[in-house]
Amino acid sequence: MKIVVCVNHVPDTETKIKVSADNASIDRAGVNFMLSPYDEVAVEEGLRVKEKFGGDVTVISLGSDAHKETLRKALAMGVDKAILLKDDSVRDSFGVAKGLADELKALSPDLILCGKQSIDYDDAQVGTLVAEMLGIPSVAVVVKLTIDGVKVMCDREIEGGHETVETKLPCVVQAQRGLNEPRYPSLKGIMAAKTKPIQEKPAVAAERLVETVAMRKPPAKSAGKIVGTDKTAVPELVRLLHEEAKVI
Amino acid sequence: MKVLAFAEQRDGKFRKSSFEAVQAAKKLSADLGAEFVALVLGSGVEAIAPQLGNFGAGRVVLVDEPLLAEYSSTASAKVIAEVAKKEGADIIVMAASQMGKEISPRVAVKLNAGLASDCTALKVEGGSVIATRPVYAGKALIDVKVTSPAKVFTLRPNVFTASATNGAATVEKASIALTPDDRSAVVKEVKVASGRPDVTEADIIVSGGRGMKGPENWHLVESLADVLGAAVGASRAVVDAGWRPHDEQVGQTGKTVAPTMYVACAISGAVQHLAGMSSSKCIVAINKDKDAPIFQVADYGIAGDVFEILPELTNELKKVLGK
Repeated sequence: MKIVVCVNHVPDTETKIKVSADNASIDRAGVNFMLSPYDEVAVEEGLRVKEKFGGDVTVISLGSDAHKETLRKALAMGVDKAILLKDDSVRDSFGVAKGLADELKALSPDLILCGKQSIDYDDAQVGTLVAEMLGIPSVAVVVKLTIDGVKVMCDREIEGGHETVETKLPCVVQAQRGLNEPRYPSLKGIMAAKTKPIQEKPAVAAERLVETVAMRKPPAKSAGKIVGTDKTAVPELVRLLHEEAKVI
Repeated sequence: MKVLAFAEQRDGKFRKSSFEAVQAAKKLSADLGAEFVALVLGSGVEAIAPQLGNFGAGRVVLVDEPLLAEYSSTASAKVIAEVAKKEGADIIVMAASQMGKEISPRVAVKLNAGLASDCTALKVEGGSVIATRPVYAGKALIDVKVTSPAKVFTLRPNVFTASATNGAATVEKASIALTPDDRSAVVKEVKVASGRPDVTEADIIVSGGRGMKGPENWHLVESLADVLGAAVGASRAVVDAGWRPHDEQVGQTGKTVAPTMYVACAISGAVQHLAGMSSSKCIVAINKDKDAPIFQVADYGIAGDVFEILPELTNELKKVLGK
């Protein structure tokens, strides 16, 4: 089975975001970047599908040279090949999807995996945009994937429960945490990743359809009242919630 | 210019987020001086379509087809895009629900439209729509403008208001040709979990953190949640430890929430957790450590032991709420 996993390189979850001088992007100074956590789950699932059915796993990312760090992480986890679609500009999700879809069309994989969203812009669009551009089905927020021939069954999260979706290969599956527990790269994997080549090619051009006009921090919350330090404070807390905050 | 609001239904019931989307889209159309139409799709859902009149829809287009009985992202997107084309609608609005998030990118591609997803505010400036959306799980906000002629916006559930008034809607049936091939991904089974609301839709959330010491103590969190009719949430540490399921996780790699009240029990308040819940309207923190970061965003707090305070709080609320 030919499997391709699309990944993004994003600021670490512990990052405290600062807005840069252009008021439209983040200040990248001192920020650690990593493989987006949901994409990591997608990489793991790609490896598991390969372990079960054979084939090979290619990882692909669109962005600057910095994305190579994330591609190396995936190689260290065990994927076979890595492709960087080079572009130093900031693209919207449509532009990222267009670049990926162009390359995916040429690769024509059986299964495309990616995270349910990338944890920088939280758009949750790219996987489905790619699927629609390729004219194939997709399932988002997947917590269980079963493949039987060309038939694909996915359990996905919905509000207050789960639903089981039936689809078929080729398709795009967007991973949610819980789908699996991603492996740690082995030392052998890390060493091997250093010598595996990363294929580089320019990403196909795309127009921007969504423009960021301004970025700002949300209004800061100020610390409120500490009502007490033990259970004797409970009646006062309830009174405040009822009479002052009026939330109960 | 015409605004089309897609109102999602499951099992013949609209979600609250569908009403929010209809009302917000109606207001947007008024601000733009544009026409407005709402869209309902499904099978055997004619009876519920007029409800949208109460949220500002004067005209509702209904596509009622047996092939739409089970949810399919591909078939839904086809119907929405076709209706938008027939209607000449250039602005499409829907909820950023799990269904809306799957359908909207497909609709956007079909209409060559830019998509601004999970918006928390929409305004009109100089004739164009400016949408505000949280990024980095709410650590920052951006204002975006969709530059393509057709535009799609999805709205974060539980942020826009849905207040019913008495309004009448004219329901017009439309027919869109569908074949079984249009349902290339289709739902076979739906399993609804606990009777509690989902964290993304709840008015009140009670969340527990590592300080709860183990899954065996969760009944304390759940009892409080049940008195309040609240959803149950969890911190990442708790989910990573396997104490609670992933779908309850609040924070950057979980759900981003904005309930009326968020009660954080024994949660210290890591950066990624605060990002996911600090836009809640009222935050209550109960934590032994008075220096825990959660108190910096909390409106009210008790700096004490959850094992002593939670049962007392549950009992006190039972009395006050008469349960």
